[in-house]
Amino acid sequence: MSANPEQPDDQVTITIDGAEYQASKGATIIEVADANGVDIPRFCYHPKLTAPANCRMCLVDIEMNGKAAPKPMPACITAIGDGMVVRTESERAVSAQRNVMEFLLINHPLDCPICDQGGECELQDLALGYGRGISRFTERKRVVDDEDLGPLVETEMTRCIHCTRCVRFLDEIAGTSELGALHRGEHTEIGTFVGRGIHSELSGNVIDLCPVGALTNKPYRYTARAWEMLSHPTVGPHDAIGSNISLHQVRGTVKRVVPRNNEAVNETWIADRDRYSYQGIYAEDRLQEPIARDGDKWQAMDWQEALESVAGRLKEVAAQDPSQIAAWVSPSATLEEQYLLNRLMRGLGSDNVDVRLRQADTRDGDSPSPGLGMPIAATEDVDAALLVGSHTRHDQPLLNHRLRKAGLNGAHIMALDTRRHDWNYELSEELVAHPDQLARELALIAAAMAAYVGRGVVEGLHAYTGGAEPGDNHKRVAQRLVDAGSALVMSGDAVELHQGGADLRALTALIAELAGAHHGQLGTGANAFGGWIAGAVPYRGADGSPARGMSVAETIADPRRCYVVVNLEPEHDCFDGAAARRALEAAETVVVFSPYVTEAMREYADVILPIGAFGETAGTFVNAEGRWQTFAGVGRPIGEARPAWRVFRVLGNLLSLDRFEYNAPDEIHAELQGLWERQGNPSNGGWQGRPAEPWLGHGSLVRAGNTAIYGTDPLVRRGEALQRTPHAGAARPTLSPATAQQLGVNDGDWISLDQGGPSVRLQASVDDALADSTVWLPAGLEGTAGLGPVHGPINIQRT
Amino acid sequence: MQALREFFNSFLLVELLKGMKLTGRHLFSGRFTIEYPEEKAPQSPRFRGLHALRRYPNGEERCIACKLCEAVCPALAITIESEEREDGTRRTTRYDIDLFKCIYCGFCEESCPVDSIVETRIYEYHFENRGEQIINKEQLLAIGDLYEPQLARDRAMDAPYR
Repeated sequence: MSANPEQPDDQVTITIDGAEYQASKGATIIEVADANGVDIPRFCYHPKLTAPANCRMCLVDIEMNGKAAPKPMPACITAIGDGMVVRTESERAVSAQRNVMEFLLINHPLDCPICDQGGECELQDLALGYGRGISRFTERKRVVDDEDLGPLVETEMTRCIHCTRCVRFLDEIAGTSELGALHRGEHTEIGTFVGRGIHSELSGNVIDLCPVGALTNKPYRYTARAWEMLSHPTVGPHDAIGSNISLHQVRGTVKRVVPRNNEAVNETWIADRDRYSYQGIYAEDRLQEPIARDGDKWQAMDWQEALESVAGRLKEVAAQDPSQIAAWVSPSATLEEQYLLNRLMRGLGSDNVDVRLRQADTRDGDSPSPGLGMPIAATEDVDAALLVGSHTRHDQPLLNHRLRKAGLNGAHIMALDTRRHDWNYELSEELVAHPDQLARELALIAAAMAAYVGRGVVEGLHAYTGGAEPGDNHKRVAQRLVDAGSALVMSGDAVELHQGGADLRALTALIAELAGAHHGQLGTGANAFGGWIAGAVPYRGADGSPARGMSVAETIADPRRCYVVVNLEPEHDCFDGAAARRALEAAETVVVFSPYVTEAMREYADVILPIGAFGETAGTFVNAEGRWQTFAGVGRPIGEARPAWRVFRVLGNLLSLDRFEYNAPDEIHAELQGLWERQGNPSNGGWQGRPAEPWLGHGSLVRAGNTAIYGTDPLVRRGEALQRTPHAGAARPTLSPATAQQLGVNDGDWISLDQGGPSVRLQASVDDALADSTVWLPAGLEGTAGLGPVHGPINIQRT
Repeated sequence: MQALREFFNSFLLVELLKGMKLTGRHLFSGRFTIEYPEEKAPQSPRFRGLHALRRYPNGEERCIACKLCEAVCPALAITIESEEREDGTRRTTRYDIDLFKCIYCGFCEESCPVDSIVETRIYEYHFENRGEQIINKEQLLAIGDLYEPQLARDRAMDAPYR
């Protein structure tokens, strides 16, 4: 019964420091205080984590119904009640807080001058208000051994105040439970249970969570101070989430990356990929000035000369046959870069411009636009989801975090791929099939679903099922998706890389349609959706007009005379690195725009122009939910490198193309936004757009894989710390036990693999997570560059 | 009455005599001027002259690159870059002081938690070329090495008042 007759039943009124506040029942005091700007000191409480109330810093005085509580109570777990009176600054509360602070400082080393947290330390800040000027503690301080948590997180465990935020983060958010509190009382130590380090893809967040300097950023260690850095808001360049991040720089050099809060996108977390890839900006192979091939040598030149030479070469090919020019552009290039390149290519008369580097199968032409088909934040409220060919945990770590939340709340999260993945929560169903059988599995789910919703027989489905009847697992998946109030059916990176991807996409769309679910299609790259909007796809212009150009897959299969390659390394970034490289090597003219210069580039390129890396270029990324996020560049690019949009603009002028008079990226952005808004929301693809003939499969030992988490783009592959984690490094081809036995391969054997080209020698592992007759070998790892398609036949020899 | 007093004061040169009295007093008092550079004025142990970086008796540099001096410097004269040295300690890779910017306020010395950056008693120095006014870590350490006994003595003298 509410005291105030006008107050809704679910609201209560409490008084904090003399002011009255209304809040929902069940809220804690600290939540109400935070919402209303009342400061209560705390260490262990974090709004995104459960509250264990173990730091005792938030003790406040409470009075209920005129009776004062006998002792101060922790604000972080005390629920509010109607008529409660809270005093955060009463003598008793403040003295309780001061006493807690004195205990915390007993064992804290107070090495602030050498501590990386100094200047942004919660303990330091609160010690100023609640600490004693002089310590009364004359005994020996506790010393705790450090643990090696891997190449990303540095420890200084003596500084730890046992707030257990890191432990709770890894339990509740990362789902890996890699840290725990051992022993009791003064002997408490935070440590890994088996001395294994933290391998979560979200591990860097414990650095932000740690209120003291016990867990700090390892690559950043000792290189700067919190107060001297300037913060530049920008957007994560590696996945379709578009995590909001800030680059912290000193005198133009990026020192570290920290998350920015955005509840609709990344909440307060970011993936390690976004946090540590900035090291790639300062890689040793950054190209400093334009270079061009001169016989066997490489000649440095100035921009004017270089651009004139490029314009001349492009004009020459375009004059003979513009369709002989093909442009491959990174799906992580900015919207402005993709749009200008698109206009440049169309201006030359060629429609062969494509961002879908990893799409092996383009028989569905203007395949469904990449995207999630629903807001990212809403994915945590789905009741069921089917993830096809997507190891979401590595492909889109923060989308996985949302789906994990849904899964833990009872949603049925289900997956279909060529192997079981290392998920950080329990899936309701994980179907594993040979790559050739993926379409059949999907068709069986669709058939079961059609029967369940009473749609009878769906036309064209028989070609995929071959008349087989759906099994119980297919029916379960189908029923859960149909019964769900909100559902998501999503295809991932492995579908893009699949040789029959068009069939898989059509079937996924059919399942989504039958279930009334949201339909998502997410590949790699921060701006794949942006590439589609910018018209950097061969089948549509930026204004939505249809075109008939050649995709990356087609220009690899049917090589062109001239290639324009923007910000990618084809041997890693194309679905078939070996074939892509062969096409480039055979071409007459290859113009590369890249922040980096590699040995491979020196072999196939004719002119290499240095462009700004991520962080040095202003631009826009469109994330999976279609959110346009614009960011500015930080400082000047290294050497003579220039932002790519500027280079394309001058190239456009040199080629005398119309409307290439942009002065700033926002002009390009505004123009494109106008074009996009006029189109409404074009929908395409779906079951009707399925290929005429189903893809039949390879029928032999098949390589399957996706893109390794730290191998998605040139920047992250140069993230030195990330490359030392267990997720990177040398590839380990993985076989199922039955297949391994058949081939006579044991776990740990060195085997040589080839896909028709040169062979590579790698150490095999055997895992029952795989389908038989499959070799799991992701792209973007050391040792996989020379191989053929990520999904394609492969030969194995024991060595 | 006022006008009459002023008339007599000026007529009898009273102000002049007052002035001559002061001059006369100094004419017979001790000599005040010192013959710089042969002679030098006495210095306080708190004198704030040219900077130096000190070392511990074992030869290890004191500076831990906490950058408090850089932060506190009101003239932005100090530039520091730091890294993790091979033995895992926090060290500077660059420690520059622009002596043209420096106002010799001594805040750097006061902020230093390890008594590393200090201001010596040296006040006689000059620069002959552009850029020489920016002194680097090696120079600062060399100054510190040269004057360490004096610096240590001065810190010890001042210690009771800190």
